[in-house]
Amino acid sequence: MLIPLKYNLRHLVARWKTTLVAGVTFGLVIATFIIVMSLARGVEQALTTTGNPLNVIILRPGVESESQSQVAKDMYQTIRNYGGIAKDETGEPLASPEVLTLVNKPRATDGKASNVQIRGMHPLSLKIHPALRLVSGRMFTPGLREAVVSKRIAERFQGLKLGERTRLGRGEWTIVGVFDAQGTAFDSEIWADYQEVMQEFDRDAYSSVLVRAVDRAAVGSLKTLVEEDRRVKLTAKSEQLYYEEQTKTAKPIKAFAVFLAAIMAVGASFAGMNTMYSRVANRSREIGTLRVLGFTPMAVLASFLIESVLLALCGGIVGCLLALPINGLATGTTNFATFSEVVFYFAITPGLMLQGMAFAVAMGLAGGFFPAWAASRQTALTALRQL
Amino acid sequence: MPGSDGKPVIEIRGLQKVFAHGDTEVAALENIDIDIHQGEFVCLMGPSGSGKSTLLHLIAGLDNPTGGQCRVLGQELSDMSERDLSRWRNEHIGFIFQSFNLIPVLTAYENVEMPLLLTGLSRKERGEHIEAALGIVGLSDRLTHYPRQLSGGQEQRVAIARALVADPDLVLADEPTGDLDAKSAEEVLTILRKLNQDYGKTIIMVTHDPKASGYATVTRHLDKGQMLPL
Ligand SMILES: Nc1ncnc2c1ncn2[C@@H]1O[C@H](COP(=O)(O)OP(=O)(O)OP(=O)(O)O)[C@@H](O)[C@H]1O
Ligand SMILES: [Mg+2]
Repeated sequence: MLIPLKYNLRHLVARWKTTLVAGVTFGLVIATFIIVMSLARGVEQALTTTGNPLNVIILRPGVESESQSQVAKDMYQTIRNYGGIAKDETGEPLASPEVLTLVNKPRATDGKASNVQIRGMHPLSLKIHPALRLVSGRMFTPGLREAVVSKRIAERFQGLKLGERTRLGRGEWTIVGVFDAQGTAFDSEIWADYQEVMQEFDRDAYSSVLVRAVDRAAVGSLKTLVEEDRRVKLTAKSEQLYYEEQTKTAKPIKAFAVFLAAIMAVGASFAGMNTMYSRVANRSREIGTLRVLGFTPMAVLASFLIESVLLALCGGIVGCLLALPINGLATGTTNFATFSEVVFYFAITPGLMLQGMAFAVAMGLAGGFFPAWAASRQTALTALRQL
Repeated sequence: MPGSDGKPVIEIRGLQKVFAHGDTEVAALENIDIDIHQGEFVCLMGPSGSGKSTLLHLIAGLDNPTGGQCRVLGQELSDMSERDLSRWRNEHIGFIFQSFNLIPVLTAYENVEMPLLLTGLSRKERGEHIEAALGIVGLSDRLTHYPRQLSGGQEQRVAIARALVADPDLVLADEPTGDLDAKSAEEVLTILRKLNQDYGKTIIMVTHDPKASGYATVTRHLDKGQMLPL
């Protein structure tokens, strides 16, 4: 039979100062855990939602990202004539040569420079990426040093606002449009005409060729076509798979989250243990009384363990409250596959908060066990004799 | 029912309790023989350190004797585990402390309810028992008061209600009036006598107060761990 929960709840309120201190200690750990986890989630989210199942990226075999790949100019002609590629209303095959490179731009917040990815593309590329919408300005004009940037990049970096002239490579470029790629990886890019980008950055080969297949079946057959074509010696990947593979960027962040949380959790558990030891010591006479009334050592153990978990849950709530304000905030991190910045939103989801709570329970159990055990091992008389 | 056939509810033979104090040993109780019968109100007196509390603790199964026999309600307590002793105490013993030992975060009602939580009684049945017990000690109007909102005498009366609420066979009280003023002490003693006379409870009360023995049916004296003859 258990000692009623209200006994613990009243004690948490009665000793509200130590409850508060423990709550904040646990809260900081759980907030950190939730925030770093949401960072990992955000990166994953940005990368996994990017791929379109009908899009196929053709690139050099053995490379991890488009930016490391090279596709010779004349191969583009071969590729765009493959069967299974969708065509636009004028009969043009939806195949865009893409050129990727990095520019170093100062951040709007602290002025520190960071890499941003520039994607040179065929104007047709917009039709291959229907999720992308221009929110202001217009598309770049082929043959001119014009670029469009994602809304988030425009906000995060200096000199990339609509209408501004900025140095990309050697020359001055004009930002003529701002687009919204709806949380996908393209939200971290600057887009411009591929020929202009190649000139500016002295490129004589494309990075990859993006094509739109007519249907699902054509995705597979295009892949086979590319890989069996001895002339091109290239490989093909569905865009979805390509971005899924890029989510390994999130893995070190997740590992870091777990590592950081583990270290902090050990600290917080010790703090919790300390609090619980002092609670046990302060309530020694009550423990003795409960034992005289007939509560078993097990009931005493359970009661203090529960109190420790309740204490940690208070911390869990504090942690969620601390983490919530960053929900929806945009931030960036380095994509380790491309070494450019990935921009994404923090999402403090209910699932993540639940994980934080579960984490709190674990800390409460860890920190509470030894004090609760000590409380239950005392005989009624020893407990009663303490003052 | 133990004791109803004339057999004593408590049978103590050659009981011994020695505490080890580092190298030296302190014999708190030596060769105690005593029988206590159903319906007796025993007053246990003696100088400080004579072993009164120790004897009470052995009877309540809160400590183990180092020798002799201690049969309480037909049970040899030294054979029982901590867990079984806990359950046994809950069923058969009501304990009253000198310093009340109410749980400060629980109301009078909730304090009295504690022993009942270990029984199978429903919430409603518990309520009836609690109100009856608090009625006996004259505190029906203090159900929702916390211990700090009560006087010492009232606290001790709540503690008595807690000791009797589960209808124990034995009520053990260790200097129940020790921390009380004369008037509150008298109230407490009157309640204990009522429990004995009107409800037939067997009571063992340790006290220093010579007046208190007037409320009991039997008075026994301990000195230096020995029971003085009647
Ligand atoms: N846990 C213990 N460890 C060592 N010695 C103890 C312990 N408990 C009691 N004693 C000793 O046993 C003897 C009897 O103690 P006990 O508490 O039974 O006396 P008492 O008659 O209740 O005294 P008082 O009237 O002061 O309460 C004392 O000498 C005491 O020092
Ligand atoms: Mg004593």
